[in-house]
Amino acid sequence: MSTTVIEAKGLMKRYGSTVAVAGIDLSVRAGEVVGLLGPNGAGKTTTILMLLGLTEPTEGSVRILGKDPLRQPLEVKREVGYLPDAVGFYDSMSGRENLAYTARLAGISAELARESIAAALDKARLAEVADRHVGTYSRGMRQRLGVAELLMRKCSVAILDEPTSGLDPQSTQELLELIQALSRDGMTILLSSHMLNVVQTVCDRIALFSNGKIGFLGTIEELADKIGGGAFIIDVEADGIDLSEIGTSAKGVKSIVAGRQGHWLVEAERDVRPELARLVVDAGGSLKNLDLRRARLDQAYNRYFREVVHEA
Amino acid sequence: MRREGSPFKGTATIAFKEAADHMTSARMHLIMLLVLLTAIAAVYGAIGRITETTAEDPFLFLKLLTEAREPLPSFAALLGFLLPLVAIALVFDAVNGEYARRTMSRLLAQPIYRDAVLFGKFLGGLLVIAIALLTLWLLMTGLGILFLGLPPSAADIVRGVAYLAATLAYAGVWLALAIAFSTLIRSPATSALAALSVWLVLAVFWDMIAPLLASVLAPIDPLDPMTVVTQFETQQAVSRFSPQTLYGEITGMLLNPAARSVGPLFFDQVQGAIAGAPLPTLQSLLVVWPQLAGLVAAMILLFTLAYVVFQRQEVRA
Repeated sequence: MSTTVIEAKGLMKRYGSTVAVAGIDLSVRAGEVVGLLGPNGAGKTTTILMLLGLTEPTEGSVRILGKDPLRQPLEVKREVGYLPDAVGFYDSMSGRENLAYTARLAGISAELARESIAAALDKARLAEVADRHVGTYSRGMRQRLGVAELLMRKCSVAILDEPTSGLDPQSTQELLELIQALSRDGMTILLSSHMLNVVQTVCDRIALFSNGKIGFLGTIEELADKIGGGAFIIDVEADGIDLSEIGTSAKGVKSIVAGRQGHWLVEAERDVRPELARLVVDAGGSLKNLDLRRARLDQAYNRYFREVVHEA
Repeated sequence: MRREGSPFKGTATIAFKEAADHMTSARMHLIMLLVLLTAIAAVYGAIGRITETTAEDPFLFLKLLTEAREPLPSFAALLGFLLPLVAIALVFDAVNGEYARRTMSRLLAQPIYRDAVLFGKFLGGLLVIAIALLTLWLLMTGLGILFLGLPPSAADIVRGVAYLAATLAYAGVWLALAIAFSTLIRSPATSALAALSVWLVLAVFWDMIAPLLASVLAPIDPLDPMTVVTQFETQQAVSRFSPQTLYGEITGMLLNPAARSVGPLFFDQVQGAIAGAPLPTLQSLLVVWPQLAGLVAAMILLFTLAYVVFQRQEVRA
């Protein structure tokens, strides 16, 4: 059984009469990558700040690796790395000097820090520019330096708040690879992002924030299933039949959308490929392709906020 | 609720980093160049005046700091005027600059308390000013030895060190004020302007405001001569709300051993005293002890204000 690394219970933050976070429960297991999604002002960043102990919750409790960020802040901060949106570094210092400063603050010995910094810069592909002033770095390089800091500190948990915001596609891809490397190293990651393709690529589960609450917590397939769109999308190519007519008889099929000649897109709540194949063959058609696709997060996300949240 | 670990963990790291930043910053170089040039000119003027007018004086080196030759003010007066500018220039963006650079949340996500950030920034600024003051004082002493041909006496050195300590406390007040503004105001430019406005009021206008306030608070009764003394004392009390006044009184007592009081002196108080005889250093220190305590108290008060605001601040950048 995997251990729970992050646990928030009834977490609430109120600013005067405004409720920023309205009592959320969140549990993240070791090694998991959880995406925090939702529109601006939904409470994602406030939740992150409360998890880090940078903001005091009005109500509720947080435990990171079993420790309270407010009562044991140093122990929690030693284990948790934070990469904010548009991370700031000291421009007059080089990338290496910035990391060395962080290492001193984290209490890492100079010798150990030297090795860790070199390894982290290498992994973040910044070794060649490590001695250049950060003022000359591009935004993507700064974000990678932020990830290098997490690597250097060897944190158990990484909280990334909009790390890819404002990055060009290539920088986004490079950062994504680094985040995946962190995950492969066993780091538990909480990733807040508006870039749904990024979240789909790296996250095991997602938490959908709306009006300060988590409306959904689970996998993308579970989300697609919950909103009735079907977690499984099957691309069917066949000749000699009309799948729109015969396919609906298969159990679990939610909808069939006809594409170009001989193509259909089937949405189902489970993998119905065997049933579909049988139906096509039984109807005398010839099956050319039967391709299972994952549910697309952007579609599920949009439907969730359009149908579930707005209707509520 | 007791917090784990020391609140000062990381303070030295931040203080040394801040000091290094100041030492290499263009604004520090420019302002120190201004201070250095004016200080050298003031001391050079003082040396000229001493060699022209003073035959023998046991506190020759202290005179280097207090003698003025028109149109230049004395070194001590110059420092009293320019040091607040140096302090404000160093830390006017200490806290809000971290927000502007978006480094604050990353800094506070490190395993340190907020206490360390504020203390580190304050101590970093104070360290730089201490180094600059010591260098300036040694430079002035060197110039004195070179041009006057005499070494400083032990009393010169003791009083000089006490003067340096008081100057550091004076600088500390302005550092704490600038840090308080940089915590309260999010824009670095606005916080610099706010600190400079306070400096302008206290350094330039306060001497005009104090007599006006005193005349309202303690009007003179033509039939009661003691009301003149009361009004003067009220004016002095109001003036002492300005760190400039407190520093001026400390400087006057420490650098002029013949001075016996910072307030009005009656004949019965100087009965038996030899006119112009120097006061022992300890006695001079005792006279200005309240002023020194006042400077330290103002520094602590302003720093506490910054501390409370910073501890309660929402960190989002």
